[in-house]
Amino acid sequence: MTDTSSAPIAVQPRKSIVQTLELDTRLLGMIGAFVVLCIGFDLLTGGRFLTPRNVFNLTIQTVSVAIMATGMVFVIVTRNIDLSVGSLLATCSATMAMMQTWILPDLLGLGLNHPVTAPIAIFSGLVIGGLIGAFQGYLIGYLAIPAFIVTLGGLLVWRNVAWYMTSGQTIGPLDKNFMVFGGTNGTLGAFWSWVFGAIAVLAALYSIWNARRNKLAHGFPVKPLWAEAVMGAIVSGAILGFVASLNAYQIPVRRLKRLFEARGETMPEGYSEAYGLPVSVLVLILVAIGMTIIAKRTRFGRYIFATGGNPDAAELSGINTRMLTVKVFALMGALAALSAVVASARLGNHSNDIGTLDELRVIAAAVIGGTALSGGFGTIRGAILGALIMQSLQSGMAMVGVDAPLQNIVVGAVLVLAVWIDILYRKKTGERL
Amino acid sequence: MTAQAQQVPLVEMRDISVAFGGVRAVDGVTVDLFPGEVVGLLGHNGAGKTTLIKVLSGAYQADEGEIFINGEKVNISNPRDARAYNIETIYQTLALADNLDAASNLFLGREIVTSVGLVDDGAMEAEARKIMARLNPNFEKFSAPVSALSGGQRQSVAIARAVYFNARILIMDEPTAALGPHETQMVSELIQQLKSEGIGIFLISHDIHEVMDLCDRASVMKNGKLVGTVDVAEVTDDDLLGMIILGKHPQDKAKS
Ligand SMILES: Nc1ncnc2c1ncn2[C@@H]1O[C@H](COP(=O)(O)OP(=O)(O)OP(=O)(O)O)[C@@H](O)[C@H]1O
Ligand SMILES: [Mg+2]
Repeated sequence: MTDTSSAPIAVQPRKSIVQTLELDTRLLGMIGAFVVLCIGFDLLTGGRFLTPRNVFNLTIQTVSVAIMATGMVFVIVTRNIDLSVGSLLATCSATMAMMQTWILPDLLGLGLNHPVTAPIAIFSGLVIGGLIGAFQGYLIGYLAIPAFIVTLGGLLVWRNVAWYMTSGQTIGPLDKNFMVFGGTNGTLGAFWSWVFGAIAVLAALYSIWNARRNKLAHGFPVKPLWAEAVMGAIVSGAILGFVASLNAYQIPVRRLKRLFEARGETMPEGYSEAYGLPVSVLVLILVAIGMTIIAKRTRFGRYIFATGGNPDAAELSGINTRMLTVKVFALMGALAALSAVVASARLGNHSNDIGTLDELRVIAAAVIGGTALSGGFGTIRGAILGALIMQSLQSGMAMVGVDAPLQNIVVGAVLVLAVWIDILYRKKTGERL
Repeated sequence: MTAQAQQVPLVEMRDISVAFGGVRAVDGVTVDLFPGEVVGLLGHNGAGKTTLIKVLSGAYQADEGEIFINGEKVNISNPRDARAYNIETIYQTLALADNLDAASNLFLGREIVTSVGLVDDGAMEAEARKIMARLNPNFEKFSAPVSALSGGQRQSVAIARAVYFNARILIMDEPTAALGPHETQMVSELIQQLKSEGIGIFLISHDIHEVMDLCDRASVMKNGKLVGTVDVAEVTDDDLLGMIILGKHPQDKAKS
């Protein structure tokens, strides 16, 4: 089975390079739009947009919405919607903040910055988020109340449960270990970032090779070897380029000095250190990989898409679509809790308005990323790219000095435009919805 | 079919009634099916044929009546239960997830998984290619979502799904409605073959000749009620037509 040129199934017409590489043209289009956006802002800001510092900031600002957008893909694919994620984030954030500033250190007497505080707080947040999500999923799946209504109620309820729990006060400072999940407060540094990059490249190359081996094992047609090599090179280049640009962002000297002073040392002259990969971005990458595997390689994911494509057919195939709804919303709730970890750690505290309007950003990211509201279609990587595009648009306009109201007008218009382009694209490729 | 008298039926649906709101879609219908037998279900549009078999496939719950499989009373409250009794169904609406490809639809709810529990798309596509080669050799669109298939191709996928999993009881609700003559011929051969393997088949059809050719017995429904069940060998096309249109049992004719 090593000779790939033998036994062609049929005489194939000449293929374009995009077809030979089996590239996802929709993803390609989105990446193209993103690149144009970045270059455009870079020109308008005189080169301030594509600096290591701004790339670093963009990635950490995107994480919270991007994590939730991956869950929203599943929600929308099953023909539902979740308007409560921003409020859910607030309730989880409040729970975790109270765990680490009051319940664990004072009530249980662990004191400040105990090593078990952060894990317990995060675990409790995930459990609360998952349970609230499951409860909303139960109302939707078993009691057949429309998701729009249940989560619109949730939007009000959970925002104000959080307010009630904290009496509307800002709660902080948060646990030292917990803060590692907040952007600049926790980064891998240059060396470990390169280690991560190397592992990621190896994993990507392995998965390309493994996919090819699987196809050959079943005697299916495969791409020419050079096409696989080109894909491998592009993916590796992108990973290493991303790591390099994060590693190019040096920690400011003043901050470094403070770090040394905190340890009771003095900083050697000319010392420099890079931030490297933020822990929060690492969390997003792991979530993205996990969610992609769920979507493509697990029964749960297969049933999510089948239910979105034809709920009756899914039911007739023996899929318990009600339980599936509960699971999808529970997963969404747990991801909102994870976003709460990242968002509150980045702020350094829990504030009463945390996550406000996030539901709209999350839905917009999923939809810009090609998730169809009619159900059945959507990808995890698309949603993450959608979140990145939204965030770039927002920060880019802020950098250029566009007025705040105008910023939102543009973001709103882009959302509608993106969905229209997606509809045109689907028509052109003959995809029926 | 003289042996039937002492044999236990594979399936017996006894006095089944199903109502939608005020409409009695199925009203006290009794039908049975023996191993290796094909029973045709006939009737005008809206007679209640689909509703009746959906009770057996677990899609609907009967308001009244009982189901026996091999003489034992069973409770089928969802499609999973039906599959557990090796009841497979080709639905009139096909029941395919349009956004998934043929192999994913074929194995929906019963995916082949790898040793670590992940779905094995390669293995499923390979199996799908094997079964489709038997049913519809011209079928080639394995990587397209089934929304991109023709009506007949979609029907082939639905048939493949029902016959792949070693059914003992097969329900076919107008399985050849969208098929070309050659593909219809292949399905007829398939039915003969499954019959010889001892599988019992309920075949819903509007084509009287198909019923005369393939079925051992025919049950006719009208307005939700059973007109009667006849041995196909003992009646003519016109007898069946009379039952469907006028609701008249051929024995009534003999008596009068
Ligand atoms: N889900 C439903 N809700 C309400 N009424 C229904 C439903 N399904 C079927 N019916 C009604 O029940 C009756 C029987 O329908 P059924 O689909 O069983 O007919 P059929 O014999 O299969 O007809 P056809 O030959 O057209 O397929 C019809 O009057 C139909 O309107
Ligand atoms: Mg019908």
